[in-house]
Amino acid sequence: MNYEKEEFFAPGHGMCAGCAAPIIVKWVLKLAGPNTIVVNATGCLEVATTAYPHTSWRVPWLHVAFENAAAAASGIEAAARAKGEKLNIIAFGGDGGTVDIGFQALSGMVERGHNVLYVLYDNEAYMNTGIQRSGATPWGAWTTTSKVGNANPIGKLQPKKPVARIIAAHNAKYVATANPAIFNDFKKKVEKALSYDGARFLHVISSCTTGWRHDPSKTVEIMKLASDTGIFPLWEVVDGDLENMRITYKPKKFKPVEEYLKPQGRFRHLLKNPEYVKKLQEQVDAWWAKYGHHYNP
Amino acid sequence: MDVITRGAVITEPGNSVENKTGTWRVFKPVINYDKCIRCLICWQFCPEPAILRHDDEETKQKTPAPKEALKKLPVVEIDYDYCKGCGICYNECPVHAIDFVKEEK
Ligand SMILES: Cc1ncc(C[n+]2csc(CCOP(=O)(O)OP(=O)(O)O)c2C)c(N)n1
Ligand code: SF4
Ligand code: SF4
Ligand code: SF4
Ligand SMILES: [Mg+2]
Repeated sequence: MNYEKEEFFAPGHGMCAGCAAPIIVKWVLKLAGPNTIVVNATGCLEVATTAYPHTSWRVPWLHVAFENAAAAASGIEAAARAKGEKLNIIAFGGDGGTVDIGFQALSGMVERGHNVLYVLYDNEAYMNTGIQRSGATPWGAWTTTSKVGNANPIGKLQPKKPVARIIAAHNAKYVATANPAIFNDFKKKVEKALSYDGARFLHVISSCTTGWRHDPSKTVEIMKLASDTGIFPLWEVVDGDLENMRITYKPKKFKPVEEYLKPQGRFRHLLKNPEYVKKLQEQVDAWWAKYGHHYNP
Repeated sequence: MDVITRGAVITEPGNSVENKTGTWRVFKPVINYDKCIRCLICWQFCPEPAILRHDDEETKQKTPAPKEALKKLPVVEIDYDYCKGCGICYNECPVHAIDFVKEEK
């Protein structure tokens, strides 16, 4: 049965105008269909879609805490298995709730091989509490805890944690990075992730108009630039076979990183110094030099 | 509601539709049906979601689209009860069939 025309995610929620997270969620639900239970970590998505007594979810949905979405999903999956029920169990977590505080629960879920699809919507900071840096915040981004000034003109000094590779190294059934702005690739990966049994992990880029400081109408355009500059590469790994990682998308011609930086206030300071832009370009080029041979559309 | 349900359980799926978030809007997207090629890109990306997709003949008739536009393809319609005016549809429409105008209140 194809449920693409149906909406399992209702309007009337409180996510900011132009937030990308609901685009990801509505499509994951359309492709999963109604036979689904969702677990949500604390974060913007959870807070803004379930302001009591209202909910935007049209499938059963559970929130427990910030750090344990993967543990709660594991428990639901174990119960479903005991009852002999076959259904989609999907966890949604932000980057804080996945890459940092929920990482232990996620690692355990994947190691035990629970039949769960975990979707990280990565807006690259703790947005719901006011834009604090996380392990997923990229090098050079301003946040309220990686402030930019004379003492530190760069912003965040550490690179982004390669969380999807780390989860793949657990020998997860399926791991992929995805970008809703590269829509066909995104959709294919969601469908593929749903088709497998076992622990699956999708790392999806999710622009935040408030924290990235951009015009809300530019959400999809900026996310597209993330992959067209090579900053957010799109790949997949089956059964933890990182040697055979498959890069699924490559622009015909890479755009310079400036194009991604320019429309976002969180990177404005980098543009003032060509050295910083060059440094970021070098990081991107180094990734592609190391892994680019995995391109296999 | 004066009593919180046990476990703060909400029993009515999708009841956030009671919140008419269209009041947030500062700019308003308006589809120009003479230009629209029904590619569904706006429907695909609207985060609310506040773009309706009409596939059957009956619901198509109720849309603001001119009758000559109601060919086989689906028809999109903006649901102003919920459209927050983010402008993604306006920015992404490949044929510039969406105008983005200041909301009059
Ligand atoms: C144990 C715990 N610590 C802190 C908080 C406060 N808190 C709520 S949401 C949030 C940020 C969530 O960040 P992320 O997971 O990236 O999701 P986002 O809001 O960015 O979508 C924090 C720190 C909490 N709810 N529980
Ligand atoms: S703060 Fe960012 S992530 Fe949170 S709802 Fe707003 S745009 Fe979305
Ligand atoms: S302006 Fe934004 S909220 Fe309104 S219909 Fe377009 S995409 Fe949807
Ligand atoms: S994106 Fe433009 S052309 Fe495509 S359906 Fe929407 S209004 Fe029509
Ligand atoms: Mg976040």
